Formats: sequence, C-alpha cells, structure tokens
Amino acid sequence: MMDINRETYIEAAPERFAAECLRLHKRLDSAVMTYFAEDLRKELGIFRLYCVFLDKEKKAWTVVRTGLPGADARMTSLSKEMFSAGLFEREMGEMFGIKFEESPDTRRLSLHDEVWPKGYYPLRKDFSPDDAARAAPEGDYCFNRVDGEGIFEVPVGPVHAGIIGPGHFRFSAAGEPVINLETRLGFTHRGVEKLFETMDADNAVSFSEKVSGDSAFSYSCAFCRGIESIYGLEVPLRASIIRAIFIELERMYNHANDIGGMAVDVGFGYPNALASTVKEDLLALNRMLTGSRYLKGVNRIGGVNADISGEMKPLLLDSVLRAREIMNELNGILHSSVSFMDRVDGTGILKKKTAADLGVTGLAARASGIRCDLREIFDGQVYGACRFKPAVQEEGDVLARLNVRFDEFEASVGMINKMAEMLDKAGKSGLKAEYIPKAGAAIGSIEAWRGPVIIWVRTDPSGRIERCKITDPSFKNWQGLCFSVLGNIIPDFPLCNKSFDLSYPGNDL
Amino acid sequence: MNNILKSRLKRGILTRRIDAGGPVPPELETLGAEMRERIKKRFGRSFHIRQVDTGSCGACVSEIIAATNPIYDLQRFGVDFVASPRHADALLVTGPVSKNMAAALRKTYDAAPEPKIVISAGDCALDGGAFKGSYYTAGGVRQVLPVDLHIPGCPPSPEEIIKALLALLK
Repeated sequence: MMDINRETYIEAAPERFAAECLRLHKRLDSAVMTYFAEDLRKELGIFRLYCVFLDKEKKAWTVVRTGLPGADARMTSLSKEMFSAGLFEREMGEMFGIKFEESPDTRRLSLHDEVWPKGYYPLRKDFSPDDAARAAPEGDYCFNRVDGEGIFEVPVGPVHAGIIGPGHFRFSAAGEPVINLETRLGFTHRGVEKLFETMDADNAVSFSEKVSGDSAFSYSCAFCRGIESIYGLEVPLRASIIRAIFIELERMYNHANDIGGMAVDVGFGYPNALASTVKEDLLALNRMLTGSRYLKGVNRIGGVNADISGEMKPLLLDSVLRAREIMNELNGILHSSVSFMDRVDGTGILKKKTAADLGVTGLAARASGIRCDLREIFDGQVYGACRFKPAVQEEGDVLARLNVRFDEFEASVGMINKMAEMLDKAGKSGLKAEYIPKAGAAIGSIEAWRGPVIIWVRTDPSGRIERCKITDPSFKNWQGLCFSVLGNIIPDFPLCNKSFDLSYPGNDL
Repeated sequence: MNNILKSRLKRGILTRRIDAGGPVPPELETLGAEMRERIKKRFGRSFHIRQVDTGSCGACVSEIIAATNPIYDLQRFGVDFVASPRHADALLVTGPVSKNMAAALRKTYDAAPEPKIVISAGDCALDGGAFKGSYYTAGGVRQVLPVDLHIPGCPPSPEEIIKALLALLK
C-alpha cells in the first residue's frame, strides 16, 4: 500500500518560480493545494517557498521549491494568474514577512490589526513574543466596500447566535439579494504551527488532535503519515484498515450532524433531532471501541494504539447498520418534504468553474462536479479493495452538498463492512511499525470528511519538529462559500453556510 | 407528514435516564429534579446560557450541543442555550481565549445582565491547555473574566457538562 504519499520536488530559481508554478497549474489541472514558507535563514540564509500541486494521474504531489534571500524576501504574486494562491500569500506575508509583489490583497488574515503590531512575524525562527507584546497594535481592519444607492451592510459575528466557533461575516446587500460577502476569520488563531515547533514528533501526535476537534482523527492520521514518510515506515496492513474504518466513522458522525443541521436551518426540527441521535450513537460507538468519543489517542507514529477485535466487530457492524437505517428514513423524509426541497434546490450554487478557480476541495468540490478524492488517489490498498468511487453531484447547490453527504454516508457503511472482512484476512499482522527518528520533510495527507487535510512536516535527526504546515480544506473553501451566496437572500445564508460546514479552528490555526 | 409521524411513533421517547453505564452516578436524575426546583426559585423557571467560543478546537462545542440532543435533553431540567447574551444568566466559555477573541468575550460579558455567571469548559479554557505559552492566547478564561465554575475535560462529555451544571446550581 502507498500509505506513504509520493512527492516530486522541482527546484526553481526565484525568477523562474512563478512561471514553473503556472505551468504545473495548467498541465496538472490542479489548484494550489498548499503553498507555504520555511525560515532557513540560519542554515542557508534563505526563506524557502513550497508550492504544492496534485498530480492525479501519477498519484503524487508535485512540489515547486525556491529559495528567497533572507534579508529581502520578495516574490511575484501568483494570485493574479492562480486565484487559489492568494490566501496562502497573505498567510506567508503575515507569518514570515515575505512580500508578494503586485498582489491584489495584502491584508493580514489571522493576526488581527486591532491586537497585533506591524513587523512581528511569528513563524520566523528569531521571533520574540515578548517584543511583540510590548509593541502597539497596527490599527483597524479595512473591509471591502460596496458602494451605491440603497446598498447596506450587515455585520455578523464574531460571536454567533448558535453554539459554534467565532467568525465575522460582512454582507453587502441591495434589498434582499447579497451582492458581496466578505469573511473575516482568524478569531480562533492560537499559533498552532509555532507550537508544533517546540515538540517531539511523538508528543505532537496528541497535539495534532486538538487543532480541529471534529476532524481529530483525520488530523492525527495526516500528521502520522507525514512522519511515517520521513522515517520510511511501512504501516502494517491491519493498522491501515483500522485507520480507514475510523476515518469513515468520523465522516459518518459529521455528515449526520450536518444533514440534521441543514434541516434545522430551515426550521425543520424533527430531522435534526433524529440525526443528532445518529451522531450520538456513533460517538458512543467510538467511545466503546477506543475509549474516546472523538477517537483521540488512537493514532501513533507507525500505526494505531487501538485494535478492533473479533468481539468488537458485531458491535461496530450493528451500530453502522442501525445508523444507515435511520439515515435512509431521514433521506426519505427530507426528499419528500416539498417545503424543504424548495429551500435547498437551486440555493447557494457554486459553479464548477468558480470552484476550480478558487481551489475549492473535498466535499464541496465534488458537489460542484469536480471529481477529486484523495481516498481514490493515495489509499488504493484499502479503498481499492472496497471498490471506492467518489460521490459526485453536478449542480453545486445546497441540495447537491446534501446528497453528496447522503451518498458518502451510505458508501461509508458499505466500506466499513468490507473493511471488517479485510481485518479478518489481515490477521494479526501487528498494529504498529517500530522506528528510529530521522531528519527529513514530507507531506502527510488524508481525505477527511470535509476534504483533504494536508500536513507538511520537517523533523531534525532526533525527531523534533522544525516546521509543520497544516492546510485544512476549510482554508480555501471559505471563499467558495462567499461566492455561493451571491444573489441569494441573507436568510438563506445559514443554510448555505451549514451546507459547507467549514471549520474555524482548522482555518485559523 | 405521515412519514414523520410514523418515524416519530416508531422511535418513542429516546431520552435516556442517565443512570446506567457512563461515568455519571445514578443520582443524576434526582439531582436534575432538584435542579429544576432551584431554577424555578432562583431564575424564574429557566436558566439561560450563552455559549461563547474563544478558540476551542470545536470538540467542547460539539459536546455542549450533544448535551441538548434528545438523548441527554438538558432542557428538561430547565436549562437552555440562548442566542443573545442579553437573555443569559450565564456565559459558558470554551477555548484558550485567542487574542482576537479577548475583546469580543469582554463585550459579551458586558452585554449580559446580572448575575453574569461565568462557566469555563474544557482544559484549554482553564489555563490555555495545549496552547499554553502560545504567542496568541491569553492563557485561559480566568485571565479575562472572573470564572465561577470550571468544567474540566478534553472535551468534557455531555454527562460531565450536565453534572457540573447541576453542581453549580446546588
């Protein structure tokens, strides 16, 4: 099995970097999957940039790399040619102080102007938090303004009405329809990537579970895969299957949650009540299988800590089949409700072209007709045996995102059954590979329930983390949400928002 | 409509008497009844909470929502979550308090009427937890607001959240 993801690195001179990225962007038909920097000024006197694309045909990551002089780090902005690079450039601007010339937007993302001073770059190795704390904050943030007669703004957040994370939405509307939506996020910024740099790879596994709680297992899985790739570890088959089962369980409880959430956002309470019992049952199942409702503590470098024994198998299979029965019932209730269908059908359309340009990934991309799922690309050994096929819808509306969830829920149940059979055949092949720490850098990735979680990590010879770049699917997908609501009425925003259900903590880091 | 009724009748009442299994002692139901009485007297029949997330990973939030699902049904004891701090007797705060949220948390507190009870939930909310020492966290809710009760856990389970709320009102 290619549990270890393949990567090809292309070294480009700084002046060739932009052209090389653009060439790959077109040739591979891939958005920028992640784009980040690393401070190597002490070792080599440079900031190194990495721009990562996905080569679906070769089933590999293609990484373009360049070094910028540490004293004056600047690069031509890629975002005018490749929109999907834009947010990453803003992030590198605020975290490293790298300048992106001719960039259409240089505002900071997570370091809010109201609380953070100018000229302090947290991901630089010589960053001093004490100095930053003494300096005065930058000032006020500038929203994009829409002017014109009768146009008004509706600011929402950061504290929302529901029990949910914080973020700010600024609507510009003329009458009912939304003309522009600008999200301002970063309210849950905790300095995650910097904190990784103080840890050993072993300790960092449990920390990775605390980055985005509803994807705790996916995060630790992606992180472990990165480290396993550096250490050259082959994860035992049994452990790979167990990981896949838990990835699907995580997908199922979140999909159930969102399907219920979409119903309640149009004021349809019963489906939500029913779906929340499915979620609760799956969380309780997680606890019975692993001791943790959110599957924390299961992943470890080289494999897993928790086995699914023969005695647990009936519990697992009965639980997922019962969940399927309720979800099928729910599917019938929702699809036969005219008023519900009226609200979701044709609402919040994200066009395929827009989704591709923005680099929207995962579930939201598949609902807009983009067939891309890392399970198909990198996880052939387990998912290939399950005859996995990505769930794709063409319409790109709320209904399409609802249906992708129903389809994936159904597929997960089928695959868990198949995987349980595979576990019998895998026998007692062990749950973990032994290892010795090594220096190196690699990408670990997984198709989590929202989409690909991509973690690039570098270790030193003792296994200490020197840099850890996390890319959550939400990071680019928030822009997809902003485009999907255009022309829709503000009261439909909660519904559109829930149909994406993006992560605040995964985005803000 | 028919299918909803049918589905509803088939399921019956799902709310679990929280007495077997789980880490919570069997007296929870009796405690719940007591809580109901106290809420009636002290808060005019209902105890309203405004949840504020200041940078949690989302697991605490998920468990707070779970406490209101039909299985735990926290509302049956007279506790409910409201959309505005103006309607709240208490704030339930999760997360290590990102610098970006400190001002919003204070404003939410200012907007709440007396008695302004503050409950923090989750290990991060106590002292920053896993994010202690970060350049961008205040290091727990206590650094920003006076906290009346802390609910430990990463995340605290719905049973633990319910139990802690019962203890607060005792």
